[in-house]
Amino acid sequence: MNKPVQTLEDVVIRFAGDSGDGMQLTGSQFTNTSAIHGNDLSTFPDFPAEIRAPAGTLAGVSGFQLHFSSTEIFTPGDAPSVLVAMNPAALKRNIADLKPNGMVIVNTDKFTDRDLEKAECTTNPLEDGSLAGFQVVPVQLTKLTKGSVKGLGLSGKEADRCKNFFALGITYWLFNRDMAVTQKWINSKFKAPYAEANLKALEAGYNYALTVELFHSSYEVPAAKLPPGVYRNITGNAALALGFVTASQLAGQPLFQGAYPITPASDLLHHLSRYKDLGVVTFQAEDEIAAVSATIGAAFGGSIAITSSSGPGIALKGEALGLAIIAELPMVIVDVQRGGPSTGLPTKTEQSDLYIALYGRHGESPMPVIAASTPSDCFDTAIEAVRIAVKYRIPVMVLTDGYLANGAEPWRLPDLETLPEISPNFATPEDGADGDFKPYSRDPETLARPWALPGTKNLEHRIGGLEKQEGTGNVSYDPNNHEYMCKMRGEKLNRIRADVPDIEVYGDSEGILVVSWGGTYGAVRSAVDAARKAGIKSGHVHLRWLNPFPANLEHLLRSFDQVLVAELNLGQLARVIRSEYLIDAHSYAKIQGQPFKVSEVLARIQILAG
Amino acid sequence: MADHVNEEQEEVPTYSKKDFMSDQTIRWCPGCGDYSILSQVQTTFSKLGIPREKFAVISGIGCSSRFPYYMNTYGFHTIHGRAPAFATGLKLANPDLSVWVITGDGDSLSIGGNHLAHVLRRNVDLQLLLFNNRIYGLTKGQYSPTSEVGKKTKSTPMGSIDHPFEPCAFALGSDATFIARTVDIFVREQRAVLQAAHAHKGTSFVEIFQNCNIFNDGTFSAVTDKKVKDKAAVFCEHGKPLLFGGGKSDAPQMGLRLNTQTFQIEAGVIGEDFELEDVIVHDETNPVLANLLVRMRPPLPVAMGVIYRVERACYVEEVHKQIATAKAKPGAGELTKTLFSADTWVVE
Repeated sequence: MNKPVQTLEDVVIRFAGDSGDGMQLTGSQFTNTSAIHGNDLSTFPDFPAEIRAPAGTLAGVSGFQLHFSSTEIFTPGDAPSVLVAMNPAALKRNIADLKPNGMVIVNTDKFTDRDLEKAECTTNPLEDGSLAGFQVVPVQLTKLTKGSVKGLGLSGKEADRCKNFFALGITYWLFNRDMAVTQKWINSKFKAPYAEANLKALEAGYNYALTVELFHSSYEVPAAKLPPGVYRNITGNAALALGFVTASQLAGQPLFQGAYPITPASDLLHHLSRYKDLGVVTFQAEDEIAAVSATIGAAFGGSIAITSSSGPGIALKGEALGLAIIAELPMVIVDVQRGGPSTGLPTKTEQSDLYIALYGRHGESPMPVIAASTPSDCFDTAIEAVRIAVKYRIPVMVLTDGYLANGAEPWRLPDLETLPEISPNFATPEDGADGDFKPYSRDPETLARPWALPGTKNLEHRIGGLEKQEGTGNVSYDPNNHEYMCKMRGEKLNRIRADVPDIEVYGDSEGILVVSWGGTYGAVRSAVDAARKAGIKSGHVHLRWLNPFPANLEHLLRSFDQVLVAELNLGQLARVIRSEYLIDAHSYAKIQGQPFKVSEVLARIQILAG
Repeated sequence: MADHVNEEQEEVPTYSKKDFMSDQTIRWCPGCGDYSILSQVQTTFSKLGIPREKFAVISGIGCSSRFPYYMNTYGFHTIHGRAPAFATGLKLANPDLSVWVITGDGDSLSIGGNHLAHVLRRNVDLQLLLFNNRIYGLTKGQYSPTSEVGKKTKSTPMGSIDHPFEPCAFALGSDATFIARTVDIFVREQRAVLQAAHAHKGTSFVEIFQNCNIFNDGTFSAVTDKKVKDKAAVFCEHGKPLLFGGGKSDAPQMGLRLNTQTFQIEAGVIGEDFELEDVIVHDETNPVLANLLVRMRPPLPVAMGVIYRVERACYVEEVHKQIATAKAKPGAGELTKTLFSADTWVVE
């Protein structure tokens, strides 16, 4: 039985269900399959902080949105055109986002009175007409799945757990996806009889969609025309991990990570702890302070040292970071931002740690800050941060966020041969041969001090948190020396600007300049594209370095009529730009734990354009 | 066995104490117990047969933590309470170093209590010297977590109401593998303990009774005064009976025995209260005995020397073993392979 195939440029699909329904897994499988299919893609996993909130409740709804396309895309999409809802709570939570006339595939077996009550539905949405504007595809998912795995000896509960694969099978048929990637994965992940059960459920879902009169046609999203190369799908945290390992290899020194588990940064620890064969030492410390302290200790010992956390952990590390700054040791601090303050929204994204990155330490303690823009860009950002840290002997802060950390996109794998080495340029015994080693002498160009490793002959020296005398590094209470050293530590930031490339404007060079940073790159870029299509003169500047700013930033800001700073906080970058340059920058700030929608940014540009 | 430092091909120079003295003026108060400890550490270092550049002295904050500045070795004066974490990171980065942590009662039992517990349970191969003076000296005289109940200080004008920590019991509770106690001015005994601490593979916890002659003068004098030392302290030696008094002291020969009814240690005069064969023979591997010994307070003698010592796997060594195992697997250590480890596809 053949059904017609319609070709689409791009599709946004969202899988939504209970935390225990395996929606993240289902979404990841659809993502990997689409990646292998050659689509450009962008994902947005959105899940609650509770591991298993009471089943069937609104609090327990977990979602995974995927945008896959035959053209280049930058965001996971504003609104899905296909929604898979595994229960009433998932339906209720997500239906408002679905595009008009969008398709909603519903597990009708989960709409008993009890289920509706748990989802706080006073009427049954399948019957009360509230889905009138959508194409509803009712599927008895539970019953059909159980039927498909009959005879494999599974308990009722175990059989029910296969239903996400049945749903995945339906969507695979709907979008003409090859099941091979998922079949291979199931075989590698599950043991008998669960592997067979999941395979059967997947195939049964596929065949069900093919056979029954639910769908009149299937859809094809052809491969995108991406630059030639070898690609893999990657999340931001995975790319960061690989970036740091690569940086350590470029430096010829082992990577050290000190970390304490925290959402959404833990995956970085998980990834790096698997790279022991590349000499990576991961230290799961007793707390955030021990994590950063051990990292500073490892930096003193010559490792490429990093510590990673999220907002609450970065706050705890603050005192030690002051020491890292006065000790002038190279290291990298990763802040995978989440909703704050306090525990805030642990699994949701936000950009509200810019201030703590720039200013959140006692004393005069400037620190370079760099922010990644996309999941795959996390790889390059990690390497760049290490390169600057090592060259200037300074702790560098890397900002990502929950959206980048868990979101995925295709990544063209780099040619490692083309990446320049990172020279640790350690001090040698000859530097202290005269018995007068100066641990706080400085390179005239970078102001870097010697990186003298314990164990090296002739270089015995003491460092610490007390103010240092320039040159000798001895404790000094000299007023002028303190002012001099504070200024030197600040001046390093100016010197780093030599390694910060001038920033280029995307789009028009007049009209409205939209400024963004970090994980909002895709949404803002797409919004500027849309604004220009609508005839609004506008350009886009996406900042990678937040301290120091690129040398040409001020000139760019002044060459536009209006400046709009879009960010997921209450206007932190806008205020920094205002104070730095005395420019009347407008702030478009959103702080809902959710990424920007393209339409939101576009609307704000339109308002500004008048 | 010397601190498990890989012996260099080149010969280790013969050092004297002077080789470990830095050119910095020492700024402890005149009469401070820290001077004596500094001297014993410098002397001990000169005799360990380790090249000077292999020593790293890591401290936190407090009077004791100025220690690294006075040692002509590598040193790091870090932040309050966190020295064990810095030392763990450094030792992980370079297991060849002989790492010594210098800390105080406030530094490692108050603000840094967490890190002390964890370095001990991990058994990182380093030496941790806790200078216990039962007072906050650098902040000018507040009571500390080891101050006795009732202590009147600037912050406790009506007397402290906090129950104090017993540092060695804290270490025992944290599953430390080496617990020793000594006194700032006991030169010979202190050097012996430092030597033993160095020789032990794992975290060597050494509590040093240290007199703060400005804010807490004489806090340990009931034990440490020359006149009472031999009868107020018992020096533990593995395999030897726990005897004190006698000899040069004005007390008769005394010993410790276990009352099997109360499970408490009792002191008595040998030949009067009980016989020599009733005296406990020190077994440094017995945690139950160690717990009784570390908690002895007058009128019982205070236990000194190596109270507890057992062998256990060391964290840093185990970390590097796992790395070596991972590296030994076929195809290991190839970055390109790791990058390409996921499903890949080619765009022509």
